Amino acid sequence: MAMNAKTIPNEEMFYGHKACGGCGGSLTVRLAMKVLGKKSIGVYPPNCMSTVGFIYPHMCYFGNATTAPFAASGAVMSGLRAGADALGHEDWHVYCMAGDGGTADIGIQALSGAIDRNDRVIYICYDNEAYMNTGIQKSGLTPTGTRTTNTPAGSNIHGAIQPKKRIFEIVAAHGIPYAATASVGYPEDYLRKLEKAAACPGTSFIHVLAPCPTGWQAPSEITIELAKEAVDTGMWFLAEYENGQYHLNKNPKEFASIEAYLKKQGRFSHMVQADFDELAAQRDEQWGRMRAEWCD
Amino acid sequence: MSGEKQFISGDEAVALAVKQAKPHVIAAYPITPQTIVVERLADYVEEGELESKYMYVESEHSALSALFGASGVGARTFTATSSQGLLYMAECLHFTSGGRYPIVMMNANRSLALPWSIFGDQRDSLSQRDAGWIQLYVENVQEAYDSIFHAYRIAEDPRVMTPVMVNLDGFILTHTYELLETLPQEQADAFIPYADYANCIKFDEENPMNIAITGGPLLNMEFRFQQQRAMNDALKVIEETDKAFGELTGRTYGGGLVEAYRCEDAEVVLLSLGSLCGTIHVVVDEYRKAGKKVGLLKLRSFRPFPVDKVAEALSGARAVGVVEKDISFGYEGAVYSEVNSALIKKGLCPLTRNYVGGLGGRNFSKEDICGMFDDLLEGAPADSVQFVNLRGDIDYGNEC
Repeated sequence: MAMNAKTIPNEEMFYGHKACGGCGGSLTVRLAMKVLGKKSIGVYPPNCMSTVGFIYPHMCYFGNATTAPFAASGAVMSGLRAGADALGHEDWHVYCMAGDGGTADIGIQALSGAIDRNDRVIYICYDNEAYMNTGIQKSGLTPTGTRTTNTPAGSNIHGAIQPKKRIFEIVAAHGIPYAATASVGYPEDYLRKLEKAAACPGTSFIHVLAPCPTGWQAPSEITIELAKEAVDTGMWFLAEYENGQYHLNKNPKEFASIEAYLKKQGRFSHMVQADFDELAAQRDEQWGRMRAEWCD
Repeated sequence: MSGEKQFISGDEAVALAVKQAKPHVIAAYPITPQTIVVERLADYVEEGELESKYMYVESEHSALSALFGASGVGARTFTATSSQGLLYMAECLHFTSGGRYPIVMMNANRSLALPWSIFGDQRDSLSQRDAGWIQLYVENVQEAYDSIFHAYRIAEDPRVMTPVMVNLDGFILTHTYELLETLPQEQADAFIPYADYANCIKFDEENPMNIAITGGPLLNMEFRFQQQRAMNDALKVIEETDKAFGELTGRTYGGGLVEAYRCEDAEVVLLSLGSLCGTIHVVVDEYRKAGKKVGLLKLRSFRPFPVDKVAEALSGARAVGVVEKDISFGYEGAVYSEVNSALIKKGLCPLTRNYVGGLGGRNFSKEDICGMFDDLLEGAPADSVQFVNLRGDIDYGNEC
């Protein structure tokens, strides 16, 4: 049943919105809705996706959907699930499209609660690595060294100082039935994971990397290229967690150049060789650990 | 037909009423002195007496957010909270009232930190005056129980579609045992029949709905206008509900909005809300026996605020004291401001005084109430805002 370029439905369920050209986030929604279909209810907390498609009367989601308090995507999904089940609609999907800040920062408590109840909901975190909707501020998933509007890269603040929170592992540490990472650069992998999440009897979580040309200060036509390169350079990874086991879906023998990837993006334009080296060292450390612990 | 009698606490009475209201979804987080409600509801679900989806959540914010979701698909819902928990829900209070979700919540009135205190006052709910919820305050266990049925009927009325908060004084009412007459289940079912409401997701694949929308400057005010209109309409619905419940059970609450006791010819009236009204009631009787013309006006609905009913009941009074467990720092008690505003609107200008007390669980005694009546009968204290029962043995330092 795996959905691919040949079998993906033509019908669009998210269009007419006002997202920027090359928006990775809108692609994560568009693909998710093709898998989850019309028997679904989406939760859209405050983020770019709710902003570009949910301003009455200009509604762009052609499935059922609701906004939510920013911190509460997990809880709102749980309530929708409980209400749907109580009213006899167990066959409907409940999912959310929360951003990186909405997931790893302000929404982490409600996400944790939903997993703790093992509610049958699909939590999708589309990660564009900063609070883009408010104008590019650092989130818990902003990479080390990134220049944002509240982490200027000067002699005092030095950009974002911490690596991305390992939210995939934080989620997995709850003992969640299914969690995965994905990238819009590898859409068939993302579709496959969406299908797995849709079939999961408990809580599922997909963390999908979604480049933002505006926030990353990159040309809009290279969104997919960047989303692939993030994986190919090892700056991002494709993995799954199920039955209590991690699994790396893609384990490159050799990484593509981090420097070339970073230099395409204005948010890293202040970086010098030492910064590239630091990020490469971070990557190597993380991959050393993942390869040691997540591979058979 | 009348129901069985039970000796039961306020919290347990609320839980029993909620069981009989059969919400589809219950989500709550423990907080003293509300916790017994959610414990009992969990027991009912466990024992198979209640078929609700019972959600243990990780915070009050998530409790009300979960109900926002459940109510969004048309489910009947319930939660209970208190104090810090109510404040932690604050943004969700606005989400749910703005979205016109007919959620029912019990709030155990409790003080707010700092200083930290688990004991009762009404600063929690009164501080949420503008959250768009209907706020009812109840006096005793029977009224707490009955008001849960009122609340569902009011909230789900198509003219209202607004969430309702039923407020019980923490410990004084939540933990006090009284004799309760219950409502037979068939009467409960008939009084609050579940009816799917219009403004929710209908599980219709071909006609999807986007709810809880963003409304920009072009339309936002029109939603607010409808919210205000619904709140005003709720005045009438609260009265209709009290009347209908009275016809069913013989129990009425003064018409639903206020309960005036011996106010008709009263020279001096004390207005209050919640359990304290029981104490004032007793004092009124004693003073009446002594030939003193005093009365009690119990405010049952704080939002919507029943301007006409308050003014009508106070129209003959020479002096009015507003007794409340609340203070809006830098001004006066929130209820006092509302009462003065209502009086002025109706061209009434009795002497008014504000008695602030009971904060952080400080007791209000009969003697305190007598002192207020005496003050007002004899000419009233100089300061418009009095802190009742303030300790005199503490050095408060010099005023600047």
